[in-house]
Amino acid sequence: MTFADLGTYQATKPEDVKIWFKASEVSRFPKNGGACIKYKDKQIAVFNFTRIGKWYACQNLCPHKMEMVLSRGMIGEEGENPKIACPLHKNTFSLETGENINGNLEAIATYPVKIEDNFVYVGFSE
Amino acid sequence: MKTILVIGNGMVGYKFCEKFMAQERKSEFNVIVFGEEPRVAYDRVHLSEYFENEDEEKLMLAPRSWYEENNITIYTNERVTDIHKVNKTITTLSEKTFSYDYLVLATGSAPFVPPIQGVDKKGVFVYRTIEDLEETMAFAKKIKGGKAAVLGGGLLGLEAAKAVKDMGLEPHVVEFAPRLMPRQLDDDGSAALESKMKELGITVHLNKATQQILGNGSIEGMEFLENEKLDVEMLIISAGIRPRDELAKTCNLEMGIRGGIVVDNTMRTSDPSIFAIGEVALYNQMIYGLVAPGYEMAQVAVDQILGNETRMSASVDMSTKLKLIGVDVASFGNPFATEEEAHAIVFENKLGGLYKRINVSKDGKTLLGGILVGEADDYNMLLQLYQNKMALPENPEDLILGARGGEGAAMGNVMDLPDEAVVCSCESVTKGAICCSVIDDGNESVKSVAKATKATTGCGGCKPMVADLVMESLKSLGKTVKVRICEHFDYSRQELYDIVKLREIKDYDELLDTVGNGNGCEVCKPAVAAIFASVYNETANKQETIQDSNDRYLANIQRNGTYSVVPRVAGGEITPKQLIAMGRIAQKYDLYTKITGGQRIDMFGAKLHELPLIWEELIAEGFETGQAYGKSLRTVKSCVGSTWCRYGMDESVSFAIEIENRYKGIRSPHKMKGGVSGCIRECAEARCKDFGFIAVEGGWNVYVCGNGGANPKHAELFAEKVDKETAVKYIDRFLMYYIKTAPPLIRTAAWLEKLEGGITYLKNVVINDSLGIAEELDKEMQNYADTYKCEWKEAVETPEIRSRYTHFINSDETDSNIEYVDLRGQKMPKAWA
Repeated sequence: MTFADLGTYQATKPEDVKIWFKASEVSRFPKNGGACIKYKDKQIAVFNFTRIGKWYACQNLCPHKMEMVLSRGMIGEEGENPKIACPLHKNTFSLETGENINGNLEAIATYPVKIEDNFVYVGFSE
Repeated sequence: MKTILVIGNGMVGYKFCEKFMAQERKSEFNVIVFGEEPRVAYDRVHLSEYFENEDEEKLMLAPRSWYEENNITIYTNERVTDIHKVNKTITTLSEKTFSYDYLVLATGSAPFVPPIQGVDKKGVFVYRTIEDLEETMAFAKKIKGGKAAVLGGGLLGLEAAKAVKDMGLEPHVVEFAPRLMPRQLDDDGSAALESKMKELGITVHLNKATQQILGNGSIEGMEFLENEKLDVEMLIISAGIRPRDELAKTCNLEMGIRGGIVVDNTMRTSDPSIFAIGEVALYNQMIYGLVAPGYEMAQVAVDQILGNETRMSASVDMSTKLKLIGVDVASFGNPFATEEEAHAIVFENKLGGLYKRINVSKDGKTLLGGILVGEADDYNMLLQLYQNKMALPENPEDLILGARGGEGAAMGNVMDLPDEAVVCSCESVTKGAICCSVIDDGNESVKSVAKATKATTGCGGCKPMVADLVMESLKSLGKTVKVRICEHFDYSRQELYDIVKLREIKDYDELLDTVGNGNGCEVCKPAVAAIFASVYNETANKQETIQDSNDRYLANIQRNGTYSVVPRVAGGEITPKQLIAMGRIAQKYDLYTKITGGQRIDMFGAKLHELPLIWEELIAEGFETGQAYGKSLRTVKSCVGSTWCRYGMDESVSFAIEIENRYKGIRSPHKMKGGVSGCIRECAEARCKDFGFIAVEGGWNVYVCGNGGANPKHAELFAEKVDKETAVKYIDRFLMYYIKTAPPLIRTAAWLEKLEGGITYLKNVVINDSLGIAEELDKEMQNYADTYKCEWKEAVETPEIRSRYTHFINSDETDSNIEYVDLRGQKMPKAWA
């Protein structure tokens, strides 16, 4: 992966969703943690933030060193802002906006998530 | 409305704008800035970082939008060519004309290129702007792995040498003077730095006058004397600076004989409406190539324009501290004071590349200057002693050797500094201002003090001192200084430990609901996870999502997102059969193998889904987890001891195995390491460990609180000539006490440093049971030893845990992003871009 590949991941807003991808059963995702799913050639980290009753999805690729690791990081909050900390160097990103909270790294792409019939769906525009 | 034109958008030009925008009367002025570079101002001091990340935004002092938000008009790529003093206008290269009320020249300097024959050859560069770097980098790619030299062994030259090294070239530094950093270091200081450079693979050539640059079109070498030459394919010239004073010539401002625009202590040039600041200004007949005096000049110019009386300090402090290629170097006051002026006290450790010199006045009362190479932790305090002419301790040598015997630190307390002592020299913030910010304005953290005063926001070197001042000021207010883990818990680790234990709290969510705020983060989660592990001896498998990544997957995550596997090899003793088994498994899964510093074998490159497969096979061969991933006991290193060694006094291997098995699996605030040596030759390096035993005539000597790593520290002698049982009992209590009371991620040495009463107190607690807790500590440690289980065995045998080891949960594919290259017949991850 090189920095050029970052373009593979484009933040998607709920109104732009054309495809709701059926990822997996809810029970496959750890509570208050994340897991990685594959959609086409993309790796997407999905987080089950049980404590606040919300789900988040973002690229699995950390823009710092271009490794596929974010799903294995810890989630948490900075103030009211839900975040993910990369397991490699603890760079943190907002799960809402994707922005790098503790530095000036490129923002990560975030995707909408919905739960239906005990299944997790992630929204993509293509 | 009056107009200020700022010519030059470098660090000092920007600082002028920043300081001006902090003024109430800023709206009475129209500020227009001209920069000849395409970018807005960036941090040149940290230019070499650009090599590492090529991230120009990280270097920017403020984004372009900042200028807009502050109503500053900025023209980049716009060079000013003429000043017309009489009608107060300037013209630019693109023939635009602007008029001014005040003109601020902050044009900085350009690298000085000595007139050596051949400097115009291809492959010869200078080192000042991002463009210079980009050109150099592009060229470096072409000569991949070749030799490159830096001409000039000053501050900037050594920075450039680091950059050359980072570019993968073989770096050489060529200096005309007989020593490195001739303005800051003496001969011995330079020698210490040189030995460090050598260790890092940088070759230093001193006393070399370059006669010509060799090569046909492109550089092929440098010629010094006849027949003496150095073959290089690239050269970066860093031989000093020359002020960019050409504009002064267009309007006949007074200049120095060797350049520079003459200013007085109000920063005015010979024309009262024209100011000059930074490296273009000639003040006291000197050009100051440092940021701190430049920033002070910017402040003076701002104040003078607003009609305030601020003036530039009569003498400019050239003290500097910096990390050069990972080596601390500092120089302050008069580093070279002669025998007539001062007594020099020198400490030198050639082996460690350490050199410290302080120059003390003849009467022994004040500090005149000094040099620190290799370690400069005391720089801030020494600088204060010098700047404020403070009284020195009775034995001034304590300042660099540390107080030996007796109580108290040689340096004294930060609160003893006078209020006018400048703590942050980049932003000229005094001790008084910092304390006021805490006491009067209610800023209770370094972060908020930094925001209010700007202290620490320059080079950041004053951070430890500011932190101490904030802490002490809070104490003076009678406020208990709340050490808290993070925004989610208003408690220290020790308090949380007690809360979990006394209230019998069972998991992270319950703790957060009971005494915490919000929903947690990556700081408190692993800290609390370690507490649960200590209190209930539970493995990391139980609450897996609050563990650091390494603990969650029971393996060390590596550069490319794969993991390493390290089985326990207690005491470093391993049978041929075990070696064969390990080799077979490593080969089967194509793992890179290496012997670790802790006498075991590390197998790298395991993909997430392979971890349980590998461990299943290892466990079948009788191995168990080595906890190399955890904040827990790593290894107890041993020498071969009396079983084989002709010098051995006792069986160090047997003892090491026993002790490693006793403490394995215990999770602690940070990793813990041990060592056992069979005699005082100390082959196991037990005194570099958190705890160590050395066999001596009549028993074991016990050592505690040492470590290697970034800040190496020798362990301190805790007990002498005790028998094995006593030695173990002491370490049981010592470790247990550490586990219960240390803050997160603090190793035993740093913990002891902050422990009031130090080693004497610790001995009292452990040996004399001064707190009456010895029995409890003994019991808790014995409980750990009795209830140990291998967490990898648990993971492999429990389907629910085992199912966590998959890269995708909706596909059996693995991470296709992982790429390897060959390294001496094994594999290694492809380098980061």
